[in-house]
Amino acid sequence: MTWNRKHLLDIESLSAEEIITVLDTARAFKAVGERAIKKVPALRGKTVVNLFIEPSTRTRISFELSEQRLSADVINFTAEASSLKKGETLKDTARNLEALNADFIVIRHSASGAAHFLSRVLNASVINAGDGAHEHPTQALLDTFTIREKKGRIEGLNVTILGDILYSRVARSDIWALTKLGAKMTLCGPPTLVPREFEKMGCRVTDDVEEAIRDADIINLLRIQHERQRKTMFPSLGEYTNLFGLNRARLALTKPDALIMHPGPINRGVEIDSEIADCDRSLILQQVTNGLAVRMAVLFLVNGGKGPQEVGA
Amino acid sequence: MKALLLTGGRVLDPANRFDAVADVLVVDGKIAAVGGDAAARAPAEAERLSVTGLVVCPGLIDLHVHLREPGQTAKETIATGTAAAVQGGFTSVVCMPNTSPAIDNAGTVALIHDVALDQGVSHVYATGAITRGLAGEEMAPIGTLQKAGVVAITDDGHCVQNNEMMRRALEYARMFDLLVMDHCQDYSLVTEGVMHEGYWSTALGLRGWPSAGEEMIVARNVLLAEKTGARVHCQHLSSAGSVQMIREARQRGISISGEACPHHFTLTDAAVAGSEKFWAKDGPGIWGFATPDRLRPSWPVYDTNFKMNPPLRSARDREAILAGIADGTIEVIASDHAPHCGYEKEVEFDYAPFGITGLETELSLSLMQLVHSGRMSLSDLVHRFTVGPARLLRLPAGTLTVGAEADVTVIDPDREWVYERADSASKSGNSPFHGWPLKGKAVLTVVSGKVVWKDLKQSQG
Repeated sequence: MTWNRKHLLDIESLSAEEIITVLDTARAFKAVGERAIKKVPALRGKTVVNLFIEPSTRTRISFELSEQRLSADVINFTAEASSLKKGETLKDTARNLEALNADFIVIRHSASGAAHFLSRVLNASVINAGDGAHEHPTQALLDTFTIREKKGRIEGLNVTILGDILYSRVARSDIWALTKLGAKMTLCGPPTLVPREFEKMGCRVTDDVEEAIRDADIINLLRIQHERQRKTMFPSLGEYTNLFGLNRARLALTKPDALIMHPGPINRGVEIDSEIADCDRSLILQQVTNGLAVRMAVLFLVNGGKGPQEVGA
Repeated sequence: MKALLLTGGRVLDPANRFDAVADVLVVDGKIAAVGGDAAARAPAEAERLSVTGLVVCPGLIDLHVHLREPGQTAKETIATGTAAAVQGGFTSVVCMPNTSPAIDNAGTVALIHDVALDQGVSHVYATGAITRGLAGEEMAPIGTLQKAGVVAITDDGHCVQNNEMMRRALEYARMFDLLVMDHCQDYSLVTEGVMHEGYWSTALGLRGWPSAGEEMIVARNVLLAEKTGARVHCQHLSSAGSVQMIREARQRGISISGEACPHHFTLTDAAVAGSEKFWAKDGPGIWGFATPDRLRPSWPVYDTNFKMNPPLRSARDREAILAGIADGTIEVIASDHAPHCGYEKEVEFDYAPFGITGLETELSLSLMQLVHSGRMSLSDLVHRFTVGPARLLRLPAGTLTVGAEADVTVIDPDREWVYERADSASKSGNSPFHGWPLKGKAVLTVVSGKVVWKDLKQSQG
């Protein structure tokens, strides 16, 4: 198995083999992370810029730590898209960073396509850390890694994503990654948040939460936000919780070995009951841990690494 | 006396139902003779151009162009915009009022007329605003604008949302027999949409601009045209539902018309996902690219040169637009030529301005998708570019009648060429058709008897 990409922009364009290469490489890095000395020299002398044009805590910290564990020099750049819009363009900002000889740009942006755009105007490697509602490839890779670690396979699993799919880049990346590896996807939520168009991405779409979770091996919950501008999408968080929240009664309908995931940050008492978030079927914190290994693997591969065979034992 | 004789061409003049091989004589800026003794009457010093094997038709009219002057001359000027027009075969263009300041006062109309006379290569007709500052709130001085010479009113780029405002503007405009043109977009439905709402907006995570957002206003305009009796023109129709509503309304005798743009009847929303996705899905549905033997151009995903308003829609919508043009429901083809600076388009898709240039590719794309594809005759296509817009706007143009202004376009319908941004006369390069192999081209453009564009070499045997 081998990797030949300079950028990681999306999951959609990856083959199943490439996804497996990342997952296997991540497994090797996870072993590294469990050692007393967690640092490897793979990116020594390389410069990584974390260009976060949209606020993020967990993804940025995860990338930052991954980069440090690979011995890279790390620069963090955070700005609101709105302030960038007023003055310098994204292209100019990024080219200025590149002029400082940055080798990798990890970009988080509120506009879909921002990572693709940067990859066309820069020579540096671009890693998409989430672009608008489009994709969040490293999240999907860590989700897939976690499922594979727990279930031993992806093929044939029933994976249900519950929540705000319309605006979710995590959902799109998960759908691509998991369907490519043979999972059967079900999307569930109110029709305003789960348009039928997702059926064309190979998913089953339903607004019947009980039916959606009954046969699921994995239930992936997405954060529900109820901002001012979205008052036309559903009436209230309370009604959402009543209709779609994962509570004890609904959990009782699921297969006993069904596992719960959430990309975070979670809203306790909204999409998930507090006690379920903490129960032994919840993989939420393991996802965070695995995120480190997956991001190390991605950086290692776009830096020219070919696969797990090259990760120092 | 200044004279020009075009010899041996097939003269197509739909206004006079004329279609025959004939010579055309132009003297002192007017059509002096078509056929008969035209050659014999040509003065000795007349410039003679052989156009044998080519099509000679009235100068084409584009009734939807953004010339950006005054106020946005970094994008385009009257000089560069009209140069692009004649290069595309257009002898008359109608410019939209969303300039800075907007064309909502007689002074701006006069300024445009002055600059056009001084620097314009084609004729320029101005439209005036429906509402002050295109803000949709107070009626613009429509009577004053009409006296200053506007040929229609529109808030193009914006859409009058208030139905009472629109109704009163229609009633008022009737007094002057002015065409009211409307960019049909219901803001509450479209909200922040940047591309057609469908599978591709879903997959790309871009906010959708649903067809219903256009159809809602087309329906409103049908109702208000019926109520007021005013002449309403729906600009750049993009959806199948709009075409059907206009078809039915026209059958009921309502004074409503529509226009279509080449990008809407050539491309689809799949193009926003990049050329690979487009050619895999909707691309082969267009004439000239059914099999991969013609070079298929490539472009990346999220290319902002595929962002315009209204957006590229589905293959079904594209089909409905083509059918609407062919059956006469849509009587006008226009470019919606909307130049933007490179740096303005070189940003995230969400932040890029809507709009693409179009004057130079309009005729070729129309010939390909409508004539070469067998959907309609060349004569009918010429009608959509001449009689169609001239009638709607009451322009003294669009015909080769003896005595008319000598605006003439010579077309080589079979000329194969590749559109290159570098060859464009426009100040801006925001065309999605860069690098496209095209078939059919304007090879000679004559404005008021003067040759302003000539590309005859490769079209003569």
